[in-house]
Amino acid sequence: MLNGTEDEEKWLAEGIAGIQHNAFYMHRALDSNNLREALKYSAQMLSELRTSKLSPHKYYELYMRAFDELKRLELFFKDDSKHGVSVVDLYELVQHAGNILPRLYLLCTVGSIYIKSKEAPAKEVLKDLVEMCRGVQHPIRGLFLRSYLAQISRDKLPDIGSEYEGDADTVMDAVDFVLQNFTEMNKLWVRMQHQGPGGVREKREKERSELQDLVGKNLHVLSQIEGVDLEMYKETVLPRVLEQVVNCKDDLAQYYLMDCIIQVFPDEYHLQTLETLLGACPQLQPTVDVKTVLSRLMDRLSNYAASSADVLPEFLQVEAFSKLSNAIGKVIEAQLDMPAVGAITLYVSLLTFTLRVHPDRLDHVDQVLGACVKKLSNIPKLEDSRAMKQVVALLSAPLEKYNDIVTALTLSNYPRVMDHLDIGTNKLMAMVIIQSIMKNNSCISTADKVEVLFKLIKGLIKDIDGADVDELEEEDFKEEQNSVARLIHMLYNDEPEEMLKIICIVRKHTMVGGPKRLPFTVSSLVFSALRLLRQLQGQEGDIVGEEASMTPNKIFQLLTQIIESLSAVPSPELALRLYLQCAEAANGCDIEHVAYEFFTQAFLLYEEEIADSKAQVTAIHLIIGTLQRMNVFGVENRDTLTHKATGYSARLLKKADQCRAVYACSHLFWVDDQDGIKDGERVLLCLKRALRIANAAQQMANVARGSGGPVSLFVEILNKYIYFFEKGNKQITSSAIQGLIELINTEMQSDSTNPDSVADAFLASTLRYIQFQKQKGGVMGEKFESIKL
Amino acid sequence: MNFLIEAFKPACSISIKFSDGKTRKRVPIKRENGQTLLAPLFRNQENIAGKITIEPHQGKRIEHNGVKVELLGQIEMYLDRGNFYDFTSLVRELDVPGDIYERTTYPFEFSMVEMPYETYNGVNVRLRYVLKVTVSRNYGGSIIEYLNFLVHNYSPPPSINTSIKMEVGIEDCLHIEFEYNKSKYHLKDVIIGKIFFFLVKIKIKNMDIEIRRRESTVTGATNHVETETLAKFELMDGAPVRGESIPVRLFLSPYELTPTHRNINNKFSVKYYLNLVLVDEEGLRYFKQQQITIYRLPLQDT
Repeated sequence: MLNGTEDEEKWLAEGIAGIQHNAFYMHRALDSNNLREALKYSAQMLSELRTSKLSPHKYYELYMRAFDELKRLELFFKDDSKHGVSVVDLYELVQHAGNILPRLYLLCTVGSIYIKSKEAPAKEVLKDLVEMCRGVQHPIRGLFLRSYLAQISRDKLPDIGSEYEGDADTVMDAVDFVLQNFTEMNKLWVRMQHQGPGGVREKREKERSELQDLVGKNLHVLSQIEGVDLEMYKETVLPRVLEQVVNCKDDLAQYYLMDCIIQVFPDEYHLQTLETLLGACPQLQPTVDVKTVLSRLMDRLSNYAASSADVLPEFLQVEAFSKLSNAIGKVIEAQLDMPAVGAITLYVSLLTFTLRVHPDRLDHVDQVLGACVKKLSNIPKLEDSRAMKQVVALLSAPLEKYNDIVTALTLSNYPRVMDHLDIGTNKLMAMVIIQSIMKNNSCISTADKVEVLFKLIKGLIKDIDGADVDELEEEDFKEEQNSVARLIHMLYNDEPEEMLKIICIVRKHTMVGGPKRLPFTVSSLVFSALRLLRQLQGQEGDIVGEEASMTPNKIFQLLTQIIESLSAVPSPELALRLYLQCAEAANGCDIEHVAYEFFTQAFLLYEEEIADSKAQVTAIHLIIGTLQRMNVFGVENRDTLTHKATGYSARLLKKADQCRAVYACSHLFWVDDQDGIKDGERVLLCLKRALRIANAAQQMANVARGSGGPVSLFVEILNKYIYFFEKGNKQITSSAIQGLIELINTEMQSDSTNPDSVADAFLASTLRYIQFQKQKGGVMGEKFESIKL
Repeated sequence: MNFLIEAFKPACSISIKFSDGKTRKRVPIKRENGQTLLAPLFRNQENIAGKITIEPHQGKRIEHNGVKVELLGQIEMYLDRGNFYDFTSLVRELDVPGDIYERTTYPFEFSMVEMPYETYNGVNVRLRYVLKVTVSRNYGGSIIEYLNFLVHNYSPPPSINTSIKMEVGIEDCLHIEFEYNKSKYHLKDVIIGKIFFFLVKIKIKNMDIEIRRRESTVTGATNHVETETLAKFELMDGAPVRGESIPVRLFLSPYELTPTHRNINNKFSVKYYLNLVLVDEEGLRYFKQQQITIYRLPLQDT
């Protein structure tokens, strides 16, 4: 067995030598116009093709040699002035050869001339040839012989418009001939599987696939026949081809030929004969890769549909979708061992098809998804990564097509398909969905859709049982949660009622997200609710009272609950910020007690949860800033809160922080509004206190390090003085400013002070400002006049 | 030494010419030495006429006891020591005893000669027609000249010519049906038929059809049969499967066939058979033989 190839090479070489030898004598006979000798040597030459020792590949080489020689012989035969025998006689003469294979090759060669001579109708000659070829039952030899027949006859078919056109049924004759040759070739080809030379199955299949094009060429020829119109294709060609395909019961042949049919005939024919074509699929052998066949068909049809809008009515007319859908169902039903990936691939193709052909028929899309769910539910766990990929493709297709998640949300089966994804893929898909929403800026505006959407992306919303949390990269997690947060902003409805529902749903889903997710989602949710609040305010008057459920109070309650959920995280800084936001919103709504409550919560957090000194500084500034803008409070409440704020300011750890917080507090007593509070005395108190703290800081610095503390604190306080001075606070006098400037100058010149360029520059520009105001003249100029620099 | 050669040379030359020799059809016949020569062709009950010319050499005088011409129909059995049986023997006396001094020509005619049998050249038997001219002499031996000619007899197309159709097989192994379009074929006929395979369990390599000639001769009490395969024609290459139908188209013209001869003069018969042979991969042969009748249509003499 080892030197099998070597032997084969030897046999091929011998065969070629035999052909060359006889061809030499044949040429001599041709040159001397000796018909008898020509026949003798050509028959001997062709006898080399009787070998059984060669593989198809090598046999083909031999065949091609003989083929070339036959072309020369044909030229000789054609010229009856050379041999003096009529073509009719020649047709008989070649049949005297004793061996069948050479005889039939010669017969085909003369037959071709016979047709050309038009001494007999093409159909008669062809019929005779195709019948006589039955004598060769050896698979490889028969295939090549018939291939030769197909080759020499393809331009001599009695097709409509051909010079060999015959009577009324002429096309039928041409079709019959090709079909018959096709059928016989296919039979031989299939038989190779069982009769071929011994050897392993794979080798035989490989050899067979080398020969497939010989068989398929017939279908190509059929498709080239002009006279084969839709009618004939439908009534004759397709049924007969399919009959052969189904009956041959050979998986290799069935797969190849189905594919061949799909590729060689025009799309519109497929469309009009869909039922027939699809009807054959469940009848194929269980091992045939029907899914690829169907996928290719659907791809072709999809492309066809995409090629022109004019053809779409055709698709509707033949109910292409339901036919394909049925066929797929049957195939999947019939092929129980088809792997999941196969079935899903089919559904993807069908989906692609329907999206292209019937973009308006969402029910089709849903139907496909539903079928897929049904299939998937029979599989305990989808582990095949290829199958998973296909599911993602299945789910992504509608998104890409509609560019609009809203459409996908109406598909009831969409989430059910997603349920079958593994955790990683599920998340991936959820991200795809969110990205699609972002990209297309789609707004999801009803509670129902939001509900569905959150079901779809639940992989991102909460931990799924069995998920390995550690596995997840921090980066990815952040990315995911940020996406969810962004998504929440895309959920919007003008109707407050609906919007509230949306918020409630989002809340319901996000609350289960666990401590890691909440910080991301809660703020989005809070701002979403705040937006609703503003919305409500905008419409105030017409709705309030009528819709009792929709009072701002309710929303504030909701907000409180939402923010409280952060305590579980815990994330006090975030919660504090959100409380302040809410307080501001309550201020806007003019609900004092609510605003007060929020501040209370903020202060509680500050007291109990925020221990870090830096965080405290930030928090206290936030509180001060917010409080400053509040105008809803009565004197009492305001006093309580400002008192708290100043108190906390003075209790910060670092002196510098204390100082800054305290002078910031001064703004709490001076709101630069028309009817804002203007308590100049307490402003001054704050500033003086700040100065004291700054002094203390200076001294502490001297003691601790032997050098002066930051002069900049003084400059900052100076700026506050100037601010309030300008605003007309009577308690702030020019002399006080004057004094402060002098104090700063003294400090600056003190030996112990380190030169500080930033502070210098700050001071310089502050002074420049005063100078500027002085020179400006007018009211302001007069005010500043008294300050001496 | 020339005179010695002279002594053994026939004293005269005899030539036999048919009166329609120029127009009569001539067909090739094979002689014992393998050469072929053209011989004139006659039919049963034709008139056979012509001229016999005797030309003495160099003015020699030929003294004879009479000149005659015989028309002989002979069957020669090789196995019977080459004995001849004349089934036809006609004589015409051409001259009374006397002398021939110069070239002399004698016309002769046999009219409506009964020649019921065709000329035949077989393995063990030969049937021939010959004209024999004898110049009888007392001494030096008679001078004899022969001229072979052929007789072909034509048959009209048979009024009944049924097809041959038969199912044969080996149980659970091979089951076929063959059909030949006729049972009687003329010499230039074409055998059309088909072989249908009902069951194929053996690995067939190829299938041939053979034309076989069976020549049986009767010599005394013994019967001798000689079979020759005249044609071996491949019908099928490779192994068919159940339901396959293989066409048969065999042109008879390339083969040297004769009409079927039945019991010619109680001496011999020539019969033809079609033999269908299937060969399997081990070289085993499965065959079925069917007799056919071959006849000669007019104008089929070459």
